[in-house]
Order: sequence, then structure tokens, then C-alpha cells
Amino acid sequence: MTRAIITVVGKDTVGIIAKVCTYLADNQINILDISQTIVQEFFNMMMIVDMTKSVKPFDVINDELAKIGADTGVQVKVQLEDIFNKMHRI
Amino acid sequence: MFETNKMIEQENLDVRTITMGISLLDCADTDLDVTCEKIYKKITTLAKNLVKTGEDIAKEFGVPIVNKRISITPISLVCGSCCKIPGDYVKVAKTLDKAAKEVGVNFLGGYSAIVSKGMTESDELLIRSIPMAMACTERICSSINVGSTKTGINMDAVRLMGDIIKDTAEQTKANDSLGCAKLVVLCNAPDDNPFMAGAFHGVSEADAIINVGVSGPGVVKYALEQMDKNAMAENGSNANFEVLCETIKKTAFKITRVGQLVAQEASKRLGIPFGIIDLSLAPTPAIGDSVADILKCIGVEHPGAPGTTAALAMLNDQVKKGGVMASSYVGGLSGAFIPVSEDQGMIDAVEAGALTIEKLEAMTCVCSVGLDMIAIPGDTPATTIAGIIADESAIGMVNQKTTAVRIIPVVGKSVGETVEFGGLLGYAPIMPVNTFSSERFVNRGGRIPAPIHSFKN
Repeated sequence: MTRAIITVVGKDTVGIIAKVCTYLADNQINILDISQTIVQEFFNMMMIVDMTKSVKPFDVINDELAKIGADTGVQVKVQLEDIFNKMHRI
Repeated sequence: MFETNKMIEQENLDVRTITMGISLLDCADTDLDVTCEKIYKKITTLAKNLVKTGEDIAKEFGVPIVNKRISITPISLVCGSCCKIPGDYVKVAKTLDKAAKEVGVNFLGGYSAIVSKGMTESDELLIRSIPMAMACTERICSSINVGSTKTGINMDAVRLMGDIIKDTAEQTKANDSLGCAKLVVLCNAPDDNPFMAGAFHGVSEADAIINVGVSGPGVVKYALEQMDKNAMAENGSNANFEVLCETIKKTAFKITRVGQLVAQEASKRLGIPFGIIDLSLAPTPAIGDSVADILKCIGVEHPGAPGTTAALAMLNDQVKKGGVMASSYVGGLSGAFIPVSEDQGMIDAVEAGALTIEKLEAMTCVCSVGLDMIAIPGDTPATTIAGIIADESAIGMVNQKTTAVRIIPVVGKSVGETVEFGGLLGYAPIMPVNTFSSERFVNRGGRIPAPIHSFKN
């Protein structure tokens, strides 16, 4: 399984989750876990997704999600989970 | 998780370089054209996907990989039988430059000779070709190893390099003597260094290998600021040395883990074995990406103030201690770099009058390399430059560490003026050099024998 972490940070507006999730569904990316908070007016979301069946290659997903984020005024990042595991575990 | 992303976005965490080491020993031929063709073919074949792979990894993990580079076997070993005049070597340099451009790497290191005990005819031809080669290529870096703890210092080579540096400055004077920024004189040069300008692929290495250099002075600086803020809130004073060391160590660990991950991925995807991680804190001219700023966080007003050498020694040691835990193979230079022109904090210190060449020399006793990216007046005599090289080499030889000299005698400029190199190389104020002569000393000829503590057999 290719697990990746999607982080979304930015000012809260209507439909952020909907847009990201629709995009993921359209591309056969399964959401495994999701956590979301709003700190003051700032939207903070973290998703763990399974990209094994993704219909598009990683870099395309990365660019397109970043674009969806930019259109909505938030920052969206997709990163393979390894970078987080490696950095904080011995 | 947000900590990781914050490090990348705000504190300039990056992987400084993926450097592919390529052995060119099998490209040697008695015919110059055949050798050039073989070299070009080998580099462009092996490194074809290097840049693309680096970019893919950067995208997938979300961590910037700033440079993709190549290091090669010291060229004086490869072209000994086909180069008869310095001009022949220049032709090889042009071939290398073409290959570097073809695969898209920003620097290719290994236009080098290792002459720590003596020079072969080929070594000397290569050295004499450096000024011309630096003038007519863009991406080639040259390094000459003039001494080591095991062999002593080759003073003939040191003397010659004084002239070569002056001549390189003269040949590239239209670009503020930029050629000298790509030319470094080393003592105890490591075989697996991924950082330019001193990178080459030593003869002890495999056919091809991936070495990775990590960086992140900004991350260390931020961690130290937070540490002091917390300590201040808790007990109203700055953190003590124990806490300080622990913080640097932990941060170095995290930075190195990223490097290790990138190195393993790159090695897997390119099908080339992983060599080493170089755990160096390498600054860039970007604000906040500075080793000098870390020293200021530790507590000196400007680098150069009394206490700087001790602070740097501690920083260097803690970076190693943290990094060693995070990677199975650590090599290269691994420590803190203190280049002047590439570090905004160092430039400020020079301009404030806090930092002199003499203090920098003291700092090189405890940091990872040496006098790096220092601009000096263009009228500095070649013998004085040779004297500086000899001093630096002596520090390396006696302390069993790598030292280097990369100074730029900027033609037509003098103390008080500044020089702009552009990009990662930054800009530098011209620093004054001691004007007393070392001519009689460097002109003696011969070599300085190895120190007593090198006889370990």
C-alpha cells in the first residue's frame, strides 16, 4: 500500500473538504483517516490516504491538488508518509 | 507532522545535493579524442536520469532537493597518457562541461589532482591548465589536494597553486574572478565528499555511487530560538550548555533522517549503490539559512567575537553526534561550513569589522573545512596566497582533518569594495590580508614531512 499524507492549511471557506474529497474519489484514492480542526479562523486538515489504485501518477496528483488549493485559497500538500515516519522515529 | 512541513517551508530545510560519483578510470585511452568520447558517453549514460529522479523525489516527499551534481575520478589519473600539453586538458574540461550541461547538473567536480606527496607530469599539466579550463567552462569545479596527515605537505604544489589561483583570477577577471570560486586547494581531501567545489570520486570508490549532502542551518537556528524562549519562560534565564547540545543533536538527527531517506530512494530508483550521507550545515545567501546566525543564537554578538571558536567547535561536534545516529554511513566532510560569501551572517560580521581572516583561520581548526569563499584584494602576491594555503594545510595535517582554501583575489578590487558572484555563491566584501611577506618561506621548495603522530604502523 502506498500511503500518503495530505495536509490542508488556510483560511476557512465553504467546501474545502468537498473539493479535495471529490478530487480524491475521482482519482480512485481511498481516504483511510481524516482529522480536521479549526484554530481561530484557520482551517487545518490532515488526511491519510491510500494511493495504490490512483489513476494518475503522484506528481500529477500533487500538482492538481495544489491547484485546487490555490483556487480555494488554501495550501494543499501531498507527501509520502515515509518522510514523517523517518524524521521522528529512531 | 506540521513540524516537518514548517521546517521545510519556513526554516529552509532542504537536501542540499544529490551527488553521483562516477569512476572514469575505465575511460583512459592513449588517444585524446577517444578518451573524451568515452568520458562523455559514460557520464551521460549513468547520470541520464539523475536530475529527473531528484525532482521526482522532491515532489513525492515534499522536501526540496536543491542541487543535483556529479563527481568524477580525479581527471589527472584518467588522462595521464593522452594529455601532452595543458591545452589537451582544457579540451577534456570542455567535454566535461558539455556532459554536465547535457544531463542538467549544475556542477561537476573532479577536475582534480592529488599531489599530497609529489606531482606526476600529468598532475602538473592538469594544474597548469586550470586557469584556462576555468575560464572556458561554466560548470566544472577543480580541486587540488596538496597535503595529508600521512604524507605531509607538498610545498612545491602549494607554491604553484599560489600562481594558479592568481592566474585563474586574471583569466576570469571579466566576471569578478569567478573562476577562483570553483577552485579549491585541500589537505586531507575525503574521497566521497558530495559538496562542491571539493568533490571528486576517489580511487577507493566503486564504479558509481550516490552521496547525499544534507543541510538546514535555518532549522537548527529556529530550534535554538525556541529552546531559549522556553527556558526564559520557565526559569527566567537562557538554556545551559547541556540543553543547548541536546537541542542541536536532536535537530541534526531529524535533518539527517531526511537525507538518509532521500539517499535510499535515489539509490533505489537509479539502481546505483548508496555511498554516504554528508551531515554538513551548509549555509546559503538566503536570510535565515545561515551558520553565522546559529553562532549568534548560541551567544556571540557576531561571528569573530571571542567565544566563536568554542561555539563552533561545540556546534560541529553536536551535529556529528546527532547525525551519526540517523544514518548508517556517514562520510564526506560532515560538519559546519563557514563560507563567507555564501552566508549573510558572515558577510554582516565582516562588514561590522568583527571577523578577520586570522579569526576565520582559527575557526577552521574546529569546523569541517577551511577558509572558504573569501574575497581578497587582487594585488595580493601569489607567495602570500601560497603562505595562506600552507598555513591551512598545516592545520589539517596536524589535526588529522580536512582543510581547504578557496580564496578569490578579485582583480582590480581592494579592501572596502564588494564583489558579486550570484546564485548560491553569494557576494562578499573584500577582506584585508596581512601584508608582510612569506616569499622566502614558500620559495624554498620541496615538502614538509608528515607529523610524528601519523606514524601509527
